[in-house]
This record gives sequence, C-alpha cells and structure tokens, in this order.
Amino acid sequence: MNLRRDVFQAIADPTRRTILLLVASQAMTAGAIAAKFDTARPTVSKHLQILTECELLRQEQNGREIYYHLNPLKMKEIADFVEPFRMLWEERFNKLESIMKQYKPDK
Amino acid sequence: MEQKTKIHAENGKQELLITREFDLPVDLLFKAYAEPGIVEQWMGTKVLKLENRRHGSWQFETTDPKGNKHGFNGTIHEFEPGRKITRTFEMENGSFGVQLEFLEFESLTDDTSKLSIHIIFRSVALRDQLLQLPFTFGINMAHNRLEEVLNKLK
Repeated sequence: MNLRRDVFQAIADPTRRTILLLVASQAMTAGAIAAKFDTARPTVSKHLQILTECELLRQEQNGREIYYHLNPLKMKEIADFVEPFRMLWEERFNKLESIMKQYKPDK
Repeated sequence: MEQKTKIHAENGKQELLITREFDLPVDLLFKAYAEPGIVEQWMGTKVLKLENRRHGSWQFETTDPKGNKHGFNGTIHEFEPGRKITRTFEMENGSFGVQLEFLEFESLTDDTSKLSIHIIFRSVALRDQLLQLPFTFGINMAHNRLEEVLNKLK
C-alpha cells in the first residue's frame, strides 16, 4: 500500500529541495547524491525514497546503477500550487482597478 | 488570456514577488493603497487604522463568511506618495510571524502603472505555508466571495 505522500510535504524539507535542484541538472545515482551531503547515507536514502514515492523523482536502471531523474510533470504540480494564491491577488487587483476607474476625486 | 498578476516564488527562498500592471495612472493606483475607504472596498476588509507616514501603523479587520473576525496589523517604515510603501505585515493569532513588504509603484504611461510587492518571510517554510494557504482554503473563500457578488447582482 502506498503511503500518502504529497509533493508539498516533500518540498517542505530543505535537503529534499537541494536534491531536486541537483537532479534537475542531471540524472544521478543515490551514491553521487549522498556524496553532496554531510548527512549519513541512510538519511539521504530516506529522502530519495520520499521524493520517489510522491513521484517527484523517477528511478531508471542503467546497467548495475539506478539513476534518479526529475519528473517534470510532477514539478509542474508544484508550480501550479501557487496558482490559487495568484488568483486571489488577481481577483483583488481586478477589483482595485475597476474601483479606481470609477473614482472621482473630491473637488 | 494573459495573466496580469504574476507571482515569482523561487524554490528555497524566503521571499516572494508579486507584480501587476494596471490600466490606471500611478497616482490612482497609489490612492487605492492610501485611502482607507478605498482599501476597504477592494481588500474586502475593515480599516481600523491607517497612518500613512514613517513610524505610523495600520490595522485591518476582516470578517470571514462564518462571521469570525481576523486581525492584521503592521508598522509603516516608508511612505512616499506615488512611489513606495515599506511596511510590516502580521496576521494576528496566526502562525506566520511578521513579514516585511516593499511596495513599489511605477508609472508606465500616463494611463498605466505597475505595482511590485516584494515580501520577505522569516523562513522558507513560512513562505511556502502561506503560499499553500489559498490552495487549501482559498478556493472556498473565492467561491463565497463570488456568491456574494452574484447575490448582489440579483
């Protein structure tokens, strides 16, 4: 059974965000990723597991090695989480604009 | 349709940039932020206090559809008519802490202007939490608001 992991929970952690940034430039093995951190290897593995479970990372077998790739579709979901926030402001600013278009200064 | 309001939130940064271009002269745009009566209309909030000067303070109170009151307040650090407002922002009884806001008003043409709001949070986590807030609750709020507006049209 899948654990319920969502992308927001995944990106709330700074180490996981750094992993995403690393993998964004090129696919990497768990070992290569772990080498970039001072933290223990199992800790990094745990982070990779979480990122994979919520589909931000994809694993691909290449010979004996497993490479981690970024999943652009899931990353788009993160970009879209800002959308409701943007809509809220869009709505407010539209209101501001229409109010000020009607505005008549006091003489 | 082109999006007029843009949100720039870089991953892993504790800041946020909101920009928007208006079909309004910059003076009118600024007025919408300076005059309590107008702020009340477009923000959908009650303005309890708005001291537009250096070391002045402001206090808003919003009532949600359930009738709960939410307070917001802050201090004004810079106030230059038609140009900029620098202020702090705090949600009372909230867990987001204090934010620092830099509002810059820019004239593009005689009839158009641009507003840039640069918000700085205490931490990346707090910024991301705030961004997610409308994602979780905002849709309901927007719907209620829409309903309200539609009811008024009836």
